Amino acid sequence: MWQGSRITPGAPGYTSNRAAMLRAVETLRALEARTATKSEQRRDRFRQRGQITPRERLARLLDPGLPFLRLHSLAGYMADTDDAEKSLPGSTFLIGIGFVSGVRAMIVVDDSGINAGALSPMALQAMLSAQEIALRQKLPFLHLVESAGANLMNYRVEDWAQGGAVFRNLARLSAAGLPTVAVLHGPSTAGGAYMPGLSDYVIGVRRNGMAALAGAALVHAATGETASDAELGGAEMHASVSGLVEYMAQDDIHAIDMARRVMARLDWNRDMPAPQARSVAEPVHDPDEIAGVVPADWATPYDMRELVARLVDGSDFDEFKPDFGPATLCLQARVHGVTVGILANNGPIDPAGANKATHFIQACDQAGTPLVFLNNTTGYMVGVEYERAGMIKHGSKMIQAVANARVPKITLYTGASFGAGNYGMCGIAYQPDFLFAWPTSRSGVMGGAQAARTMSLVARAGAERRGVDMDEDRLATQEAAIEALFDRQSSPFYTSGKVLDHGVIDPRDSRKVIAFCLQTCLEAQKRRLNPNAFGVARA
Amino acid sequence: MSGARFSSVLVANRGEIAVRVMRTAREMGLRTVAVYSSADADAPHVAMADQAICIGPATAAQSYLNIAALLKAAEASGAGAIHPGYGFLSENADFARAVEAAGLVFVGPSPDAIEAMGDKAKAKRRMQAAGVPCVPGYEGAAQDDATLIAEAARIGFPVMVKAAAGGGGKGMRLVTNAPDLPEALLRARAEARAAFGNDHLILEQAIQRPRHVEIQVMADAHGAIIHLGERDCSVQRRHQKVIEEAPGPAVDAPLRARMGAAAVAAAKAVGYRGAGTVEFLLDETGAFYFLEMNTRLQVEHPVTELITGLDLVALQFSVAQGAPLPVAQDDICLNGHAIEARLYAEDPANDFLPATGTVALWQPGPDVRVDSGIATGSTVSPHYDPMLAKIIAHGPTRDAARRALIAGLEGTAALGLTTNGSFLQDILRAPGFAQGAATTSFLDEAFPEGWAPEALPQTAIACAAGLLLCSEMHTALDATCGSDPALIGFSSDGGTPVQMELEIDGTVHHLTVIGFGKPTFRVDGDAGTSHMSLGDISATNIRAKVDGTTHNIVHAPAPGGGVFARIGGRHLFIRRHRPWLAATDAQTGGQIVAPMPGLIAGICVSSGDRVQAGQTIAILEAMKMQHRLSAPTSGVVANILTTAGQQVTSGTVIAILEEDT
Repeated sequence: MWQGSRITPGAPGYTSNRAAMLRAVETLRALEARTATKSEQRRDRFRQRGQITPRERLARLLDPGLPFLRLHSLAGYMADTDDAEKSLPGSTFLIGIGFVSGVRAMIVVDDSGINAGALSPMALQAMLSAQEIALRQKLPFLHLVESAGANLMNYRVEDWAQGGAVFRNLARLSAAGLPTVAVLHGPSTAGGAYMPGLSDYVIGVRRNGMAALAGAALVHAATGETASDAELGGAEMHASVSGLVEYMAQDDIHAIDMARRVMARLDWNRDMPAPQARSVAEPVHDPDEIAGVVPADWATPYDMRELVARLVDGSDFDEFKPDFGPATLCLQARVHGVTVGILANNGPIDPAGANKATHFIQACDQAGTPLVFLNNTTGYMVGVEYERAGMIKHGSKMIQAVANARVPKITLYTGASFGAGNYGMCGIAYQPDFLFAWPTSRSGVMGGAQAARTMSLVARAGAERRGVDMDEDRLATQEAAIEALFDRQSSPFYTSGKVLDHGVIDPRDSRKVIAFCLQTCLEAQKRRLNPNAFGVARA
Repeated sequence: MSGARFSSVLVANRGEIAVRVMRTAREMGLRTVAVYSSADADAPHVAMADQAICIGPATAAQSYLNIAALLKAAEASGAGAIHPGYGFLSENADFARAVEAAGLVFVGPSPDAIEAMGDKAKAKRRMQAAGVPCVPGYEGAAQDDATLIAEAARIGFPVMVKAAAGGGGKGMRLVTNAPDLPEALLRARAEARAAFGNDHLILEQAIQRPRHVEIQVMADAHGAIIHLGERDCSVQRRHQKVIEEAPGPAVDAPLRARMGAAAVAAAKAVGYRGAGTVEFLLDETGAFYFLEMNTRLQVEHPVTELITGLDLVALQFSVAQGAPLPVAQDDICLNGHAIEARLYAEDPANDFLPATGTVALWQPGPDVRVDSGIATGSTVSPHYDPMLAKIIAHGPTRDAARRALIAGLEGTAALGLTTNGSFLQDILRAPGFAQGAATTSFLDEAFPEGWAPEALPQTAIACAAGLLLCSEMHTALDATCGSDPALIGFSSDGGTPVQMELEIDGTVHHLTVIGFGKPTFRVDGDAGTSHMSLGDISATNIRAKVDGTTHNIVHAPAPGGGVFARIGGRHLFIRRHRPWLAATDAQTGGQIVAPMPGLIAGICVSSGDRVQAGQTIAILEAMKMQHRLSAPTSGVVANILTTAGQQVTSGTVIAILEEDT
């Protein structure tokens, strides 16, 4: 067990850190609740149609008591409007990894309480992300469908063109040996009709479930034919005439029960090896203390061992080359019994740190040890000394190692994640298996103040070269604008809205989130699928 | 045992009494032989015997009532004696005679004594002769309606009509008004004939609001007869005893002495030997009347055992061995109070309909004597009496015994079956019973509208919800490929409330559960909100903390899904409400539809026919196969829409059934 903690819970610094961190968590929960509340306001409408709400569907689908990892809960935040107070995060999807009849599955629920479940550009990105995770982590894919489709008023050609990837992914999931299940709770028209069309199992809800290439209005416009939605694509018709629906449900609750039965019938874990029983020691330092241990301001330095001691089993870890490039931490520990290599930053990454990290990543890759990246870096060191020391090539080596490591990679943005430091610490572009941000973290090419100062220096140099006086007022305005431009985009709520991570989490949940992700990855490693060339064709 | 007449005994019975008798037999060093019907092959009485012999199929007439088979089993096993228990052949003089003729010892009275007391009319005449007070009535040989009607008028209404050969309430009828008598006679005769093969009836003056008080007697083969005090068995349902106790709340020492003397006189009059019971009606004035004598061990004998400290079965064996009674009348002293409750597989809220099924879990309650013939996994079949067990509590005072019995019943689990357990607890809690004031009218007076369980409290509903969720969670965990206990209850978005429709014994409760999986979770329902935590449900007995109170829960999975549980002393069947299961039946029911195109090869019913579920309605010939189309439920054929030889398409309605509702 690590003996180096200098933190006293309850001390003034601890208390103020904790207050600031909890405020940030509250902001996260308030954003999630904003959409949930708005959606649940339509509960009466759902009831009138004999339905339950999307959140009720999700809650009933999941095995009671088993863990659930929500993904992309902020997707689309600030994409629908610039008004931070009005923007509805979530992008009309409820996405997460959860257990259905004991099967770890990727679950996507259309949030039809928001804009009738109509798709948005960020919704598309979130859906693609969910499908990519499902494919990579070998998760069966469950989709509870009720969507008005794309809003024609907001048509964008690129969404239509790229939207096809959703169906491509469904086809590939099926071919990879991953069952795809769709429940038709409500309408699924136009492109949406291929959701059930490309699913291996479809459950249709009597009266409400509907799938058609074109709804009544479009059919009338296109061919002049007058037809009801039920005739065009009612679940009953699909169950008995077209063959699009395998199972007929009386109502939403019945449909969820059927989906659970479909999953149970997969006998999905039949060939999985029996789990090894491992004793898991809880951290000696309570993970709840993370809120007080970590400075709320990313710019305040602290010893990240304090964080690691609150994430790993028994607060016990070994340090790899502690005195070589000491600002870059390479630690060996266990999380819920799984041995991991942890990279963390006690400051910018210098050439020694980059070298050490490279060595460590390659060693973990060799041993098959999953990697956890705890981002808290303003980037690689700059300056003559560091350039001469080969910062570029050492940083490149580290990026090379990260890019090519074959082991599971889990990234947390805990503080700053700036510049190429983000690349070296396995940012989104390096396709970590999972990437979550803390609500107090910041990511971007650099901090806003640094960008503003840089631009001011460039402006002064230009003015000097041209021999003109500097307009200090204009410069101040420009600095403020640049700072605002950077800071707005560095917020984890904003980047999560852009689907540049898999979600924002409560920092105190970090240990559990890492454990869940590790288990998901390790399960995928052990799972043997029965892939075929074309997936399951619909009869 | 020196000079013993037998060293092994065959117990010609089943269930709790076979177990009870064998327990003492073994204690006395007797080798035990069990007999069983094919339905009882795995029953506890079979398992505990030194030897067990199958005597026939499930039907009692071909097994437990089959004298030839029993004697053959005795011969095969080399048993020296036969203990008949109660019921079955225990009061059958022919059986006793046959046992003795086979050179075996019958553990009971002589065949003559059985016969003398077996015919109610003859017995009554004999008792009157012996000076035993009897209820005024008619027990003559003439059985024509005119005689009986005239005799009833002489006795005065209300009168009780009884089967002369009767017992157990069969053939027994209370007639309040003269015009109802002919109908009552007709029915009583029919019942008597069916039950006893003898339709002779007797009439008795109906004693108003009497108590049923019976005296246990014990006689040896050497002329000694003693009594072991009384039992009050007034709490009866249709003349079936439900609760029995000793001593009787209305019996003081002088009355006990008088009744005891009368009982001893009765036994003496028939030359009685062994254990017997003389039943009396005790009216409000303290007058008592001979009712009948049961020439066997009684179901309720344990209450006498608990207050006398004697083992009645041991005394029976000892007498049967020819030994003199080891105790004299003066040695008998009564210690404290004992109450027995009979746990039945029946539905007290539904006209006491007998229940059958498999015992998912059997766990006798604490600090009570439990005589049972069931075990976890036992099947309760429709072939035999549905009594599961007797729960008997002993205490220094009547109230202490009553409280102990309530606790014992609360702590007894007979999961998987509908039982009268809650009904028994309600009786014991009823003020009339608590005061010791129960007469034979008690149940009708205490539950004039019949009995119904009280509405479940919110805490119990919350426990039920938590239990079902826990069981579902474990089912899910078993299906995973490795679970992490530290992640149970974790949801990275803080969790979402879950709605559930919980069905408890057919009643649907709409609940919202918040935070299930966390150490403490919340259950909201119409009846309120509960905060609760549950122990590890991998154990059968768990503790739940609900709103600061601890509840002991016993549970077992139900084979068809859901859980059986005992929560707060109540037995509950808890499952998810799945209305669509019933809806599917209702939709397909009623119509017999061709499942594929084919030729109607035959119609097997006619319009208006009454059909049973599963009965063939039509034969469809398709793809060279003959398909039987059968009735989904019982009902009446309302319409036949096709004819034999007709070619039909898939989905053609062949016939319409009007289902029974």
